[in-house]
Amino acid sequence: MKAKIAAAPYLVWMVLFILVPLGVVVYFAFTTADGAFTLDNITEFAAYLPVFVRSLLFAVAATVICLVIAYPFSFMLSRMRLNHQRTVQMLVMLPMWMNFLLRTYAWMTLLENNGLINKFLALFGLGPLQMINTGGAVVLGMVYNYLPYMILPLYTVMVKIDQSVVEAAQDLGCNTLQMTAKVLMPLSVPGIVAGITMVFVPSVSTFIISRMLGGGNNLMMGDLIEMQFLGNSLNYNLGSAMSLVLMVVVLICMSITHVLGNEDVEEVM
Amino acid sequence: MSNNTIISLKDIVVDFDGEVILPGLSLDIHDKEFVTFLGPSGCGKTTTLRVIAGFIEPKSGSVFFDGKDITHLPPYKRAVNTVFQKYALFPHLNVFENVAFGLRLQKLPELEIRSRVLSMIELVGLKGFERRNTTSMSGGQQQRVAIARALVNQPKVLLLDEPLGALDLKLRKEMQTELKRIQQTTGITFIYVTHDQEEALTMSDTVVVMSKGYIQQIGTPEDIYNEPTNSFVADFIGESNILDGIMHRDFVVEFAGREFTCVDRGFDKQELVNVVVRPEDIEVVPAIQGQLTGVVKSVVFKGVHFEMRVEQAGYEWIIHSTRASQPGELIGMNIGPEEIHIMHRMEEN
Repeated sequence: MKAKIAAAPYLVWMVLFILVPLGVVVYFAFTTADGAFTLDNITEFAAYLPVFVRSLLFAVAATVICLVIAYPFSFMLSRMRLNHQRTVQMLVMLPMWMNFLLRTYAWMTLLENNGLINKFLALFGLGPLQMINTGGAVVLGMVYNYLPYMILPLYTVMVKIDQSVVEAAQDLGCNTLQMTAKVLMPLSVPGIVAGITMVFVPSVSTFIISRMLGGGNNLMMGDLIEMQFLGNSLNYNLGSAMSLVLMVVVLICMSITHVLGNEDVEEVM
Repeated sequence: MSNNTIISLKDIVVDFDGEVILPGLSLDIHDKEFVTFLGPSGCGKTTTLRVIAGFIEPKSGSVFFDGKDITHLPPYKRAVNTVFQKYALFPHLNVFENVAFGLRLQKLPELEIRSRVLSMIELVGLKGFERRNTTSMSGGQQQRVAIARALVNQPKVLLLDEPLGALDLKLRKEMQTELKRIQQTTGITFIYVTHDQEEALTMSDTVVVMSKGYIQQIGTPEDIYNEPTNSFVADFIGESNILDGIMHRDFVVEFAGREFTCVDRGFDKQELVNVVVRPEDIEVVPAIQGQLTGVVKSVVFKGVHFEMRVEQAGYEWIIHSTRASQPGELIGMNIGPEEIHIMHRMEEN
């Protein structure tokens, strides 16, 4: 009984800040401005399909790049000496102490047509390269901002994998690639799933990064939704419908990832 | 026991961050032998094993396997397999798949894998456990899986890194017998690392006693126990009384304040030596008949024998005797010439 009482504040919190807002979003999504029931908001979504597809593509690209960078990095980190591990971990976390907007502004000044990188290239008679306002810049921004969220869960899982298990695999005839595929991957599935979730979800719904680094041509779903609430196209009902669809798609993606992850684990067990 | 050298280490030097672990170790290991590296922790025995397995590349020196230089070969290309201290089983695989791991990598036909894995699981006494999850097994069972997983690849040499360290005493004894049986059945060279001298004496054909990165003595268990080459070996292999002595001439040594007849010769005149007497080799007699007399400080019952501490002229002797004396009693001690082991005094290295 005591446990239940202790959980009460959390329950109130959940209802107030998760269930109620969700209910409001659903309500707005299925009503007109006058409050009458309608499905128009949802069907109107079809017009924004290209933006939606772009959001998914960018988010998938960012997630894959994060995974490719973070996986070997986390493994090496987990095999370092403990005091080195702490230092590198700190270096990974350090940028997160800085404001998200500031970090993204910093990338703007780096990538601009007369920004630092292009100036540097000009010294060698190269460029200028068009980097800002491209899809690549948006993906770069997402990778940069969300990489720690991939590294940390992977590291947490890998640090628990005993070095002798890795050595046993090598001893039994695995080269590095085989060892990764047959031992490391199966044992780090929980970290992979967590990392993908933590990078994909914020990536697919971001609006600051795409606005600052992507210019006007790389709008993502987050940008569209923001416009419905704060921008000049003020339309709460459409914005809610978009949010709802995005949420459902993310939920589907996540359940697929989790099922795949679990199946993997069960299959090899 | 054949005399074909299967593994040969030449002047192996290993250091970690400037701390020298192996200062230049050379050793030949013969085919089909049960060899044990014995020594206290930090003596370099595990390091030597890891050099053979390929997990540590020596700073200098060479490793030869069947006459071929394998110093720079990665572990997965070596015809040796390892049984790790903490088993290191793959937690995501069941018993069958753990054992089959190496064979699957060799891409053998499924049928052959099945029959080899099953017969190996039977050999280690785990028949019926094929589908079991390794994480739910006892330490002894996990160790059997680890042994099967290594042996199924039919390595020429099996490396065992304190594989029984985590098991309780009774299980350890069982597994010692089991390992010896498996080694004799398969005819594979076993290189076994342990700090437990009894384990080493029980199982080995050859014992390599190590300390501080140096080999102190190589020999059969009997040699090592009965003819230790220095006081370190004597002290490490079972309890010993180690005293300073002077070798007056052949067959005459002085220690503990009197001269004794012994069977050793070939030392320099008046050479300072270490004298080793095993606790069970001292005969307890009435004080008046003893070559030495001492006062019993303590008596502890050890099952087969009593362990007594006896003070004599400032030295505390350890004596194993089947008959207990009373603490405070004055007793006599006799030591026969055969029981006195004399060795050159060891330089501190």
